[in-house]
Amino acid sequence: MNKQHHTLVYYLTNTVDMININNLNFGYSKHRPLFKNMSMRLSNGHIYGLLGKNGAGKSTLLKNLAGLVYAQSGTLDVMGYDPAKRQPALLEQICFIPEEFYLPSVKIDAYIKANAPFYKNFDHNYFTDLIKELDIPVEQKLINMSYGQKKKVIIAFGLATQAKLVIMDEPTNGLDIPSKAQFRKIMASAMTDERCIIISTHQVRDLDNLIDTVIMLDENDIALKATVEGITAKLTFKKVKEIDDSIIYAEPSLSGYNAVMPNYHHEESKLDMELLFNAILAEKIKFKPLFS
Amino acid sequence: MEFRDNKAIYLQIAEYVCEHILLGKWKAEEKVPSVRELAVELEVNPNTVMRTYELLQNKNIINNKRGIGFFITDDAIEHVKSYRKVLFMEDELPVVFRNIYLLNIGFDELEGKYKTFVKENFNA
Repeated sequence: MNKQHHTLVYYLTNTVDMININNLNFGYSKHRPLFKNMSMRLSNGHIYGLLGKNGAGKSTLLKNLAGLVYAQSGTLDVMGYDPAKRQPALLEQICFIPEEFYLPSVKIDAYIKANAPFYKNFDHNYFTDLIKELDIPVEQKLINMSYGQKKKVIIAFGLATQAKLVIMDEPTNGLDIPSKAQFRKIMASAMTDERCIIISTHQVRDLDNLIDTVIMLDENDIALKATVEGITAKLTFKKVKEIDDSIIYAEPSLSGYNAVMPNYHHEESKLDMELLFNAILAEKIKFKPLFS
Repeated sequence: MEFRDNKAIYLQIAEYVCEHILLGKWKAEEKVPSVRELAVELEVNPNTVMRTYELLQNKNIINNKRGIGFFITDDAIEHVKSYRKVLFMEDELPVVFRNIYLLNIGFDELEGKYKTFVKENFNA
């Protein structure tokens, strides 16, 4: 099949850089840098999947974007603002769903009354719809809810702010099986051309069909940033019976191996995100020339 | 919809749409779900569905009426058949041929099996 025909311009026509990171240096202590001269641009109309090992700096990168920690050097530009300045005009356009959070001892309506006014585009009807869809008990105090229920409350609140930048740190952690499916539906519908959505996750199987661009952090920098389309144009993911020289990386499976190899024959395979993740950690040098 | 592991998601969604057309669930000149509606239903990124719809447009299976949405073309079934035929020849037939060769199966034996199959499943 001829690839050129499917190259999409349609949904990229109004793309601008929403985030511009330039030579970012950051570490929690001077002796242990987490990011060294990291640069990256992110635009609207995408769901970015942020991957990395424990301690690679996924949450820290997200906190830098939301102005919760400050760069040691380099610049961060988020929709024309420096997040470290925490200007209200920027903060009302950021929906940040952290992995760990605190909710007060009040019911949902009191929480909304206190917090929604900070977001001038807050959509109360949409929030009510989401609360219903996610099956959250409105009569209960937030503090008495389970972790998963609390998480659903802040996800609903965050999306109802209509913020243009949506940052989620491990959003499916703690969600039960039906809630995960609902979460995927809600995100598919929340992904608009105006929005930039960044989701960090270890649970790639929960989200792999939602993510259109993979960002992988490793060794103080971005090890990979590529669209799913771009990755599968260069690499084929498939089951093979035997390993030969063409294979870059493989893992044993029930009926042979799950393998990654260069896409010599223009095959259109399904990206296996877990396999890609392990492959890049194991064979960094082989992947570098493919995606630079 | 259950996605398989071996093929790009946008192509699997294309098969899903084609299947709906062949089975008569979606009829000629009817509107198909919007990109967002189908993305929500299938729990996938809307950009992926957009890619599917671009492909189906190139195959003349659907067309885009600007500002209204995507519609099944009036001769969609013919286009679906020729698209699926190419896929079958390229993807599935080599696997079948390999087994026929390895297992030494004769074409006359296959013909009989094929006729019985059509009779039992399609009453034709």
